[in-house]
Amino acid sequence: MEILVTGVLLSGTYALIALGLTLQYGVARIMNLATGETLVAACFGAFWFFSALHINPVASLFLVAPIAFVVNWFIYALLLRPLVNRAKNRGMLEVDSILATFGLMFLFQGLMLLGFGGEYFSYSFLAEPFDIFGSPFGLNRVVAFVAAVVIAIALYVFLTHTRYGTAIRAVAVDPVSAGLVAINVARASAFAFALGGALTAAAGGLLSTFYTFNASMGVVFTMKALIIVIMGGVGDVRGAVLAALILGVAETTVASLIDPGLTLAATYFLFIVTLLFRPQGIYGKKQA
Amino acid sequence: MIRPGAHEIRMGVLAALGFAAIACLPLFDDGYYLSLAVNIVMYVALCTAWTLFSGPTHYISLATAAFFGIGTYTVGIGIETMPFGALLAIACVLSGFVAALVGLATLRLSGVYFVIFTLGLAELVRQVVTWVQTNFTTGIGLYVFTEFTEKHIFWMLLGLTAVIYLTGWAINRSRLGFAMRIIGNDETVAAHVGIDTARAKVLLFIVSGAFIGIIGAILAPRFAYIEPPSAFNPMISFQVVIMALLGGTRRLWGPLVGVIPFTIVFDAVSAQFPNHTSILMGLAFLAVVYLIPNGITGWIEALVAKLKGGEAAPARKTRWIA
Repeated sequence: MEILVTGVLLSGTYALIALGLTLQYGVARIMNLATGETLVAACFGAFWFFSALHINPVASLFLVAPIAFVVNWFIYALLLRPLVNRAKNRGMLEVDSILATFGLMFLFQGLMLLGFGGEYFSYSFLAEPFDIFGSPFGLNRVVAFVAAVVIAIALYVFLTHTRYGTAIRAVAVDPVSAGLVAINVARASAFAFALGGALTAAAGGLLSTFYTFNASMGVVFTMKALIIVIMGGVGDVRGAVLAALILGVAETTVASLIDPGLTLAATYFLFIVTLLFRPQGIYGKKQA
Repeated sequence: MIRPGAHEIRMGVLAALGFAAIACLPLFDDGYYLSLAVNIVMYVALCTAWTLFSGPTHYISLATAAFFGIGTYTVGIGIETMPFGALLAIACVLSGFVAALVGLATLRLSGVYFVIFTLGLAELVRQVVTWVQTNFTTGIGLYVFTEFTEKHIFWMLLGLTAVIYLTGWAINRSRLGFAMRIIGNDETVAAHVGIDTARAKVLLFIVSGAFIGIIGAILAPRFAYIEPPSAFNPMISFQVVIMALLGGTRRLWGPLVGVIPFTIVFDAVSAQFPNHTSILMGLAFLAVVYLIPNGITGWIEALVAKLKGGEAAPARKTRWIA
């Protein structure tokens, strides 16, 4: 029971990262391998706001996420849109975006190493016990989970119940047809990419309240986010949330029953099972 | 197999002479330049082995560090009990086997899965090795003491590089090589003319992975002390990709053009500004995407074609699959 609750609490943050990536990959068609670096940058951002300006990390989300939105919009408009324009098909764009975001990944990582060094950082926020089913859990984890749930529900409502959200989903299904029904595909893609970045940054801000982070840990989270997105089905919100739950619980189970050093092995096991039995993901549709 | 023509024989003789000349290097210097030369030959061997698979198929493999580490670890574990030659053979078989597993799981599907899977592979193997060592053996670190010095390693690597080039040349002339070129151009067409595309890709990936395993094994005596974080250093995978792409992967010798300048620059930067290496890698990746998508050799070829023909031939962009 304790394992299950810890896993579920962890999966809230995972779900946010994966939602960010699934928007960037499913709608904007950019396989963003620098997503982990966005997350780590947001960790540092929240850390700085908390320790220098004494701003509550949950409140600083309202600063961190909009900053990430703007930065990601510029990254898309300046660096990635030229790739979208020159690509003749989806495969070419995927490769170009993979290589370009590898470049961004190293660049961001290098800049953060310069700024903060390679040490581990953490700070103490709401580090007090909170009882669920009789066992104590960190209150910061619970708060992070609740915030993640609120953000995820807001995203779901936005995507399914607003006009612009529907337009974004249309671009995810078919960019060409979306253009035919008077949706500005270029703008919707940029918006989705920026929104994805903001979600990832929000996840980073929440993660930093209970997790020890350093400048070079981004790639591990990129891996996890990618696997969640593939497990859930690219571009699918429900799938990403469900897959994040499965991954969070599986990881916590392995960490507490076998060895904390084997969490990636658990992730890979899920990945292999997905590849062998359902490569299109839980909610994904088979490609023609 | 086609019999080699006069041009190829001439190239072969020239290449052999070149290799013989390079092999004399340790006679002149056994300090900094030899050590730099070992680095360069190692990356030439790694990048060429990488290009064997990724060149014709256009799949970006990030599994290099995993195979390399498997090779290094094989030597680390067995050096007390077995002769070095046998260990090289075991390293070759083991990394080939892992390549087969990875290939069977991912190469049937689209390239994105392959990139993602190989991205974390080194880390996965590292975690498993660390776990096995802490739970079932006495310690994490392994010592490798041998009679080999820098120059022996240099010669072994040089010999292996020659073998990799010969293998690449032989594959290019074989049915497998022909099949690979068709797959690289259009996988649907390849499948329609009756090529078992998955089998061909897995085979080539095994060859490439096995070579990388041997390279890791040869390098083990150089490290002397082996532990998981250094043996499975994911940086190697990225360095190999960036060097090969910088050089260009359409020719077997293309990576050579990227490795030599990059290794020298990277060495200089990491000696003077150790914190700036990530930024250098990042800029190199961005340069490959935005400035020289076909690598230096592709750029030179386009330039030569322009000078020769007056009008530039339409640049055939390398189509990478993901």
